[in-house]
Amino acid sequence: MAILINKETRMIVQGFTGKIGSFHAQDMINYGSNVVGGITPGKGGQTHLGRPVFNTVKESVEQAGAEASIIFVPPAFAADSIMEAADAGIKYCVAITDGIPTQDMMKVKQYLRKFPKHERMVLTGPNCAGTISPGKSMLGIMPGHIYQVGEIGIVGRSGTLGYEAADQLKELGIGISTSVGIGGDPINGSSHQDILEKFEEDDETRVVLMIGEIGGSQEVDAGVFAKEKMSKPVVAYIAGLTAPKGRRMGHAGAIISSAGESAAEKVEMLQDLGVTIAPNPSSMGETVAKVLAKL
Amino acid sequence: MDIHEYQAKEILAGYGVKIAEGGLAYSPEDAVQRTREIGGNVWAVKAQIHSGARGKAGGVKICFSHEEVEAAADDMLGKRLVTHQTGPAGKVCSRLYIEAGTDIAKELYFSFLVDREHERIVMVGSAQGGMEIEDLAENNPDAIKKIHIDPAVGLLDFQARKMAFALGLEASQISHAVKFISGCYRAMRELDGNMLEVNPLVVTKSGELIALDAKMGFDDNALFRRHKVSELRDKTQEDPREMAAADRGLSYVGLDGDIGCMINGAGLAMATMDMIKLAGGEPANFLDVGGGASPERTEKAFRLVLADEGVKAMLVNIFAGINRCDWIAEGVVHAVQKIDMKIPLIVRLSGTNVEEGRKIIADSGLPIITATTLAEAAEKAVQARNEQVAKEGAA
Repeated sequence: MAILINKETRMIVQGFTGKIGSFHAQDMINYGSNVVGGITPGKGGQTHLGRPVFNTVKESVEQAGAEASIIFVPPAFAADSIMEAADAGIKYCVAITDGIPTQDMMKVKQYLRKFPKHERMVLTGPNCAGTISPGKSMLGIMPGHIYQVGEIGIVGRSGTLGYEAADQLKELGIGISTSVGIGGDPINGSSHQDILEKFEEDDETRVVLMIGEIGGSQEVDAGVFAKEKMSKPVVAYIAGLTAPKGRRMGHAGAIISSAGESAAEKVEMLQDLGVTIAPNPSSMGETVAKVLAKL
Repeated sequence: MDIHEYQAKEILAGYGVKIAEGGLAYSPEDAVQRTREIGGNVWAVKAQIHSGARGKAGGVKICFSHEEVEAAADDMLGKRLVTHQTGPAGKVCSRLYIEAGTDIAKELYFSFLVDREHERIVMVGSAQGGMEIEDLAENNPDAIKKIHIDPAVGLLDFQARKMAFALGLEASQISHAVKFISGCYRAMRELDGNMLEVNPLVVTKSGELIALDAKMGFDDNALFRRHKVSELRDKTQEDPREMAAADRGLSYVGLDGDIGCMINGAGLAMATMDMIKLAGGEPANFLDVGGGASPERTEKAFRLVLADEGVKAMLVNIFAGINRCDWIAEGVVHAVQKIDMKIPLIVRLSGTNVEEGRKIIADSGLPIITATTLAEAAEKAVQARNEQVAKEGAA
């Protein structure tokens, strides 16, 4: 089953004909993703990468049955593209774009909330590597070949640290059901908890690895959810032990601004909530393996 | 991006917020001249640095004569002020703001902040002004009033009134307070602020509301559409290495350790630094070279890390996704050949085309220490750093 995307999911690419959009769309097609077209306003009717180009997301939903979308639109216009996808009836959207203004994201989240929950588009990102259900489909920019098919769900803010985790698991012969990047921005589409909820309901996922970092309270909120509502074990690693207070560590959201946002504090709170902690980034794989062995 | 108090006050005044009369000075003579222009017999001389808590660091002085103003200005200009927000290096003061003294009846706290959890702008106020909000939150959380603003409709007048009453203002001051609050909100909203703090907001003895201090920070991601805000940048207040990095499209944060780092991706960079710490070392920097680590970028990143003379060893950790390890290895070899490296270099490559990448490093004949796992890379970096320190000590 996996979560969010599977073999059949009909995908479109927003910002399809641009350099970056084209490159990654081709990569997704090569991986086996069901890319049914793309959007570039003004280029509707053309064909690109052997797929139709549409002027609007709505047309792609009506004419190609698009269900999921990936956004490569530049930061100044990305929020608008996300809202266009939601309005058109897209069910799941990945925003890859890095650098969307915070107030634009506030507007996006408010816009999404106006849809009733069952009709509301799920958004992951922005500033993320996307989502992959290994062996089935990829809606992202990750190197697909490092992900082995299996039963571990991964949710994380960082792209390359997620690759590191997938690689460590592969070395141990452990595969992944779905890996979801939620992105490094302070305001993001889905939280760690939103994704944990989906993994809890997924038949193929047995253990979840949560890769968090400094800043905000999402990891701890997810820990509370794991303790109260989840039957599946959660393993967590929190990056940023050496990060000083008040300094932004690359990601717009990776900044310790108030109490409870440092790596040490998050680790302590997660431990208290019964989450198994991977003590260092080199041990994410083996910690998951130990938890898996006990099931 | 942060700006100075005087800049924030200029912005706020443009949105109808009352401030005390004041002027900018670059020299003690300037300062005295401003004092004459302002008139009166009490003035505040305020060091303009990007930090709060300037008072405790000797950055604010109340003066009662021109001689005192001149002496205070002479003392502050060119000085490095160290506060808990600047870090041990402090920030150099090259501008002063001279302001007319204010008859303070009451000090209040007021701010707009981005609330990540609620995904909204939050208005924060307290009748107990002058204190740091962190201290207040810890010692007396009930004294803080928070009101969230709906991004679809913006700040509503009744919310501003609610805050004004919570601040303990009198009926006659409420309409002024609403004007002050909505002015601040518009500045925050229209300029893509990520924080706006007026601490203290004072009620004068004649009942006026004046922003006695003002601090504004802006969303870096929105600067592309806020040209006037971008122009307020004061590079003297920022770490020169971080500025250089930003100009080259790299993300860099200088730290106090001595193991230089170059990594792709912010999360992996933080994780690698954690690993160095756990192996007994201290990272000298955070440096994310981004996804497309081209040979040019790699060379720039090397130069940036090595510009820090305290660096005793350098660790490169790249997980090649869309990139290929062979390509990155070529960039590293090229950079090392071009730059005369005097310290040990540890390289760990992983991901796409890793075998080819490792072969390029091995065949280069350069004294590069290689590692397979993250843990091994960190351990080797710490070991190499220790050997380098011992070697330098012996020499």
